[in-house]
Amino acid sequence: MLAVRAGGGFGLGLAFFLIVVVLVPFGVGPETGRLALIAPGVLWIGALLACLLSLDRIFALDREDGALDLLVTAPLPLEALVLGKSLAHWLTTGLPLCLAAPALGILLNLGWPGHLWLFVSLLIGTPALSLIGAFGAALTVGLRRGGMLLSILVLPLYVPTLLFGAEIARRGTEGMAVGTVLALLGAVTLGCLAVLPFAAAAALRVNLR
Amino acid sequence: MSVSVRDLVVGRGGVPVLAGLSFDVAPGHALILRGPNGAGKTTLLRTLAGLQPPMSGTVTPNPESIAYGAHRDGMKGQLTVEENLQFWAGLHGLGRGDAVSRAMDVFDLGRLADRLAQHLSAGQGRRLGLARLMLTGRPIWCLDEPTVSLDAENTGRFAGMVRDHLETGGIAIIATHIDLGLSGDVLDVTPHRARARELMAL
Repeated sequence: MLAVRAGGGFGLGLAFFLIVVVLVPFGVGPETGRLALIAPGVLWIGALLACLLSLDRIFALDREDGALDLLVTAPLPLEALVLGKSLAHWLTTGLPLCLAAPALGILLNLGWPGHLWLFVSLLIGTPALSLIGAFGAALTVGLRRGGMLLSILVLPLYVPTLLFGAEIARRGTEGMAVGTVLALLGAVTLGCLAVLPFAAAAALRVNLR
Repeated sequence: MSVSVRDLVVGRGGVPVLAGLSFDVAPGHALILRGPNGAGKTTLLRTLAGLQPPMSGTVTPNPESIAYGAHRDGMKGQLTVEENLQFWAGLHGLGRGDAVSRAMDVFDLGRLADRLAQHLSAGQGRRLGLARLMLTGRPIWCLDEPTVSLDAENTGRFAGMVRDHLETGGIAIIATHIDLGLSGDVLDVTPHRARARELMAL
């Protein structure tokens, strides 16, 4: 199943994340207090946008070369295909982002416990980004120039994850309790995991007609 | 297992393309679909393969036992010939054993086993795509213009592969314009094209 991952070109997301985060201090000025204040939010938005970059490749490449038709007729439930694709997207995009984010936090003068909580929040939150993205990609797979529509569809759905994720990182940095928000973020991810593979599979079936 | 189609209406984008199709194909037989471009051969094959629902009518058996071969081969350019076949074999539960090497032998792909699929010529890519059929382990093949970009020698190999498949009780439904020398019926879809009258009735 993971051979599907050889779709390639996913490393771009990480480079994009790096550039966004490096650009922010140039934009808001070098004042360390202000940077530290916005760091959790900037890192989360950066990760989210980087994730968005590679979403349209999830199904579009397979559609172009005809593999999607063959995968659909294979003895594999479409829901499992969506799950596998989401997992592959997460492994190639979400996981590297999680690992890079704490290091990039240093660039933004993020306080110490913040690194840990940023990592934890991304680790819990990014699977939801991949799942929501796979759903969006399934909805737009048949469309030319579907990438733009995909972004517009998916970004509003990213709001809860971003909200809770950035909140965890912010609270963690300031030393406040994070338990409740952590539970809420986990709930968003698990909810996505439970519902979206079925929704995405249904969307794929409609789009292949 | 035989294929049975009754009063089938297939369409594209909500518009019926072919109507009133009824035919049977017994095990060990081939059905050759003929008709001009745009007649609806591809739409019929996609419907049989379960990629789109019929507008009305019934198809037996269900798509679980049908292998579909499309215009595009669905092979990944970044993987080698062998890796591509291994992937599809694994997906169909034939990953172990010598199924992959046997499939490569049919189209003499052994020499190309370690070549990346993106470096194959159109004809070589087609051979790779057709070799995949052997790895589906499914009794019914629905093939859409399988011989495009194949030379005479490989067209012969393909015909041989289909003949072997038929001899083991398989079924092949093939849309093609050339004569493959297979024993089986020919279905010209032209008389079944949906007419304006049928559009009104729906």
